[in-house]
Amino acid sequence: MMTDDVTIPIDVAPVEIAHERRAPDTAQREVVFDVRDLAVTYGSTTAISGVNLEIYRNLITAMIGPSGCGKSTFIRCLNRMNDLVPSAKIEGQVLYHGQNIYGDGVDPFAVRRRIGMVFQRPNPFPKSIYDNVAWGPRVLGMKRGLDERVEKALRRAALWEEVNDRLKRSALSLSGGQQQRLCIARAIAIEPEVLLLDEPASALDPIATSAIEDLMHDLKREYTIVIVTHNMQQAARVADLTAFFSLEVGEGRRSGVLVEYDSTDKIFTNPTDQRTEDYVTGRFG
Amino acid sequence: MSAASPQLSLRPTGRDRRRFLVNRIMESLGTAAALLAVGVLVVVVTSVALRAAPAISWDFFTKPPNLFGGPGGGISSAIVGSLLIVVMSTAMALPLGVLIAIYIAEFASPRVAAPIQLVLDVLNGLPTIVTGIFVYGILVVGHVQSAYAGAVALAIVMLPLVARAAQETLLLVPSALREASLALGVSRWRTVVGVILPTAFGGIMTGAVLAMARAAGETAPLLFTCSIFNPAVSTDVTKALPNIPVLIFTYSEQPDPVLHEQAWGAALVLMAFVLLASLSAKALLARSRRKLGR
Repeated sequence: MMTDDVTIPIDVAPVEIAHERRAPDTAQREVVFDVRDLAVTYGSTTAISGVNLEIYRNLITAMIGPSGCGKSTFIRCLNRMNDLVPSAKIEGQVLYHGQNIYGDGVDPFAVRRRIGMVFQRPNPFPKSIYDNVAWGPRVLGMKRGLDERVEKALRRAALWEEVNDRLKRSALSLSGGQQQRLCIARAIAIEPEVLLLDEPASALDPIATSAIEDLMHDLKREYTIVIVTHNMQQAARVADLTAFFSLEVGEGRRSGVLVEYDSTDKIFTNPTDQRTEDYVTGRFG
Repeated sequence: MSAASPQLSLRPTGRDRRRFLVNRIMESLGTAAALLAVGVLVVVVTSVALRAAPAISWDFFTKPPNLFGGPGGGISSAIVGSLLIVVMSTAMALPLGVLIAIYIAEFASPRVAAPIQLVLDVLNGLPTIVTGIFVYGILVVGHVQSAYAGAVALAIVMLPLVARAAQETLLLVPSALREASLALGVSRWRTVVGVILPTAFGGIMTGAVLAMARAAGETAPLLFTCSIFNPAVSTDVTKALPNIPVLIFTYSEQPDPVLHEQAWGAALVLMAFVLLASLSAKALLARSRRKLGR
């Protein structure tokens, strides 16, 4: 339609795109995770089944959905944290750069070393602020330049200015929001490629939440971020791509399924699936 | 308007009065039972202290017993012997007990952990005289009595106490800390050593101190393994060493009233040690609670 010699009328305001929030061109992006037909069962209950999706490098991918839809179960499959639940059984494949992390001979510790995780409730170790960040690198043999490494991690987690004068103090003396940023610093101190955030702000107040969200925008330049949130506004604010999980009830069985996965704008403004629309417009969940 | 309605009475009547009374009675019974427990301790402590008073002197703590009886002499050799034996048994029971606790709490599946816990509880209920005979049978018969045989017997007494206390504390460590460490790609064992044990340290030490207090007073295991000794001060653990419980036992059977007094004195020393241990255990526990975030 448009030809080169057409001049654009100057009275048309340019479209504002905050935080590069246009639909990311996923075809150009490197695939970090390729999840194929993933199903997780705990004993006789099915948590999720038939999940297929791809997670792309340097994007923030959000998992939303009602309680019990398996979004936390899903994210915990991405770094094999579900291994810690004795009754959990995982089927399907989680390809990380093409390698199945559930394949034979894969060491879950090597997986977690590359794929860091931050949990719902801040869980700093009962050690000093410094040792919380330094412990991981120290144990994993990254001892050179430890002080610089700790400072860098704390700076990246936007915590350095607040704690640099009391690094030897107990981490438990920090506020909840600071503790959570400390946990993020601890996770990035070992230089993972991916950060999994399992409802990282659900136990925090709005100011601390906003600090964490700002931080995520900075972090995505270096990391691939997957976040689980029950807060739709949070997903809309931070995520490039959003996956909507829901609970499928049928034949007396309940199971979490991936309903729709698309750019965040599409999910929130023009979803394809009726269930997604019902959820994002607040009709259920 | 301001007058209360005649039906509304806030004073107890009928059934309410009965409930009120029953509540009062049960409350007083409970209070009386609690006071009784305190009373028993007070009576025991004061009667021991009163009878021990004539024996307590500087010499009592610093001198070994007189070889030929009579006034003077002390229990220094028994104090040294008891300390040595208890330290040795702690050195055996503490690492082993903590390892058992780590296995149960961190590695074993519930199906394996449950029977092990049961075994520990049975071991804890084992009469100490049986433990004594057992150690006598394997370490003393054919050899001689020795302090280390006594320490082994006491270690058997301590082991279930240490292991169970440590296990309880390990279970109190929030699983979020385990997850945090494992999510860094740190192995389970390093997680245990680097995060879980330091967090549980206070609680484990509390259990260890209480077990030591218990072992220090155990007499039956030592009667078979460490009761025929030279009363002089010695640190040779390959021989039977004088120790406080056996000393109390043998002195109280002697005809000499001076030795009776000394037996009471030794009992006071033992009791003071147990009291001190319990108090320090309490302090340790308070410290560890803070660490566990409780």
